[in-house]
Amino acid sequence: MVEAHSAAAAVGATDPALLALAGKAAWAILLTPLICAVAILLVGIHRKSFAMAAAVGGLATSLICTLFLFFQASQGHLAVPFEVSVTWISLGGLSIPFGVLIDNLSLIMTLVVTGIGSGIFLYSVGYMHDDAAASRYFGMLSLFAFSILTIVLSTNWIQLFIGWELVGFCSYMLIGHWYAKPSAAAAGNKAFIVNRVADFGFIIGILWLWSVSSTASDDRTVHFATLMARLPVLVESGAVPVATLSVIGLLLFCGPVGKSAQFPLHVWLPDAMEGPTPVSALIHAATMVAAGVYMLCRTFWLFEMIPSTLNVILYVGAATAFLAAALGFAENDLKRILAFSTLSQLGYMVMAIGLGGPVAAMYHLTTHACFKALLFLGAGSVIHGTHEQNIWKLGGLTRSMRWTSLTFLIGSLALIGFPGLSGFFSKDEILVLAREHNLPIYLLATLTAGMTAFYTGRLWFVAFMGKGHAHGHESPPVMLGPLFFLAGLSVVAGYIGIPAWLGEHHEAFHWDVALTSTAAVAAGVTISWLLYSKRAIAAGSLVRALALPQSFVENRYYIDDIYTWYVQNIQQKIIAAGCAWFEQNIIIGAVNAVAALAQGLGRLLRLFQTGVVQTYVLVFVAGVLWLITRYLAVR
Amino acid sequence: MVTVTHYVVASAALFCIGLAGVMSRRNVLMILLCVELMLNAANLLFVAYSKAWGNLHGQMIVFFVITVAAAEVTVGLAIAILMMRQRNTLDADAVQSMKW
Repeated sequence: MVEAHSAAAAVGATDPALLALAGKAAWAILLTPLICAVAILLVGIHRKSFAMAAAVGGLATSLICTLFLFFQASQGHLAVPFEVSVTWISLGGLSIPFGVLIDNLSLIMTLVVTGIGSGIFLYSVGYMHDDAAASRYFGMLSLFAFSILTIVLSTNWIQLFIGWELVGFCSYMLIGHWYAKPSAAAAGNKAFIVNRVADFGFIIGILWLWSVSSTASDDRTVHFATLMARLPVLVESGAVPVATLSVIGLLLFCGPVGKSAQFPLHVWLPDAMEGPTPVSALIHAATMVAAGVYMLCRTFWLFEMIPSTLNVILYVGAATAFLAAALGFAENDLKRILAFSTLSQLGYMVMAIGLGGPVAAMYHLTTHACFKALLFLGAGSVIHGTHEQNIWKLGGLTRSMRWTSLTFLIGSLALIGFPGLSGFFSKDEILVLAREHNLPIYLLATLTAGMTAFYTGRLWFVAFMGKGHAHGHESPPVMLGPLFFLAGLSVVAGYIGIPAWLGEHHEAFHWDVALTSTAAVAAGVTISWLLYSKRAIAAGSLVRALALPQSFVENRYYIDDIYTWYVQNIQQKIIAAGCAWFEQNIIIGAVNAVAALAQGLGRLLRLFQTGVVQTYVLVFVAGVLWLITRYLAVR
Repeated sequence: MVTVTHYVVASAALFCIGLAGVMSRRNVLMILLCVELMLNAANLLFVAYSKAWGNLHGQMIVFFVITVAAAEVTVGLAIAILMMRQRNTLDADAVQSMKW
């Protein structure tokens, strides 16, 4: 069926036995979650404990294999990058491999997915314990793990796209897990449709890139490593103009705009909070939404050739970071505040790509995955304990849910970039990059850091320290364990040398940038403390003074309304109605005209059938005579 | 000396008489008889050429034709009898209900 061959492009010397073992481990990382997902969905759909055990066990196996590869690679036993693949589809001129690419970038992302994922899977065991459809949930979660690993370990564009669509599907299924609730079903649809819009551009970009990728001697390709070597040559020789490549880059960037929820296609992410909270933590904060950023890092060799596209990426990212942070000001739902924060931090990462710093983006992605997963799991613990999501109805949680509050505080501090915690270091890298390349963007990013501190402070002071008395109980150990694990990661992720692992020698620490951002953060926290905890400033008068921007932000810049207006008035009334008219009049009309023509001809020909046998004989004889004369004439 | 040409001419004459009869007569029985005439014109030609070329292929065909003609007459006469019973006529022009 498939022709199996292992293409191991080993740079250094690797022990052949280790290489064979590493290949098996690489396949195991990718395929174990798939096997578990199939097993759960086929035979375990009514066996809840089996589903839980299979999902957690499957991802834990992936994690162990990843750790094995990680240590082999970090100690230099295993030469990276190395690749194992099979030829999956081979058509004339289009060969699609399916495989696993192991290098420093994919290893760190795989660690994020399997490590944080394992914690969240375990947490789900507690969170979804009483859910009737928990088996479906764990099946989809396993399928999601396979899908995201397909993206992360992909060796080529097509495999990446397949994973891309699969994570979209899993996201849809998991947002709509409680599908009996209309808002959840609608949110799932919205996420899926918005992503389809973006992926349309993405697939066109992929196909276009494939179509221009041939050289005189070699066929077209979708393979990353081949393209990486070939594109600079093609551009230099003029075979592929930079302008064409820029357009391709913009089309490819459509994918991350949808999946990583960048402005203006960010609208699906806040609504995606309708799903179970561990899903929000894993998919809509730590991994899937970061896949867009990962894809940009993975293929940065393409984007660094096209500065104009990088500029677009920069401004889209900066706009997302700033606008989403402002949206966090006026939101009252615990999870949605975190969703806007995710949007804003994704904006930071995309901005870092636009500034030409994939390492900084990947660094922030990793630390963000730790502390944002932590924050969401903490929020999930609060919701699990109090059955309340409105921050104004919460309060006093530091007493009733001590451990949840403590870990949530650590996550919040990491998010705002409190000195010494992981978010501080990774955000600092991006700010340094911004100051080097683009001063206005640097100022905006620093302001955004202050705004992040403000809305996070508001969340903390109102929901956890507030006067309200939410009657909560602390969550079970199976949920607290992952919280502690992630809290630990959020603290240490800044010290384990992620930038160095990704190949950037450490630059001197920029005290000026760090101090400025810390000052902005301190200002943000202080203002929120004065407003919401000390109540030194009456919030009411401030709201009245800021009535106009307030309504603007509360309605989320009216973007949802614009889309609704567009769909209702332009798409339905003009485009769809036009298409319907075209179909009913032109297409159906043409079909009916052909039918009428056949009918009319039939009516005419019917007249020849007189029923008089001798008329038939006469016509027949005349025909035969005519044939004979023709025959004689030809001879 | 009777050559093959004589037979051909005789056969053609018979065929044309039969054809004219089929086209002009209105009585179903006469039409059937004329069809037989045309078939036998063909038979005559087959036999003549069989003799001229010294093999039996033509004769063999003739036996087929005679057999088929017998079957054809059986069906034709049955139709004629039914026509007489149902419509009380043997006029071919009177039976033209099989039309548009």
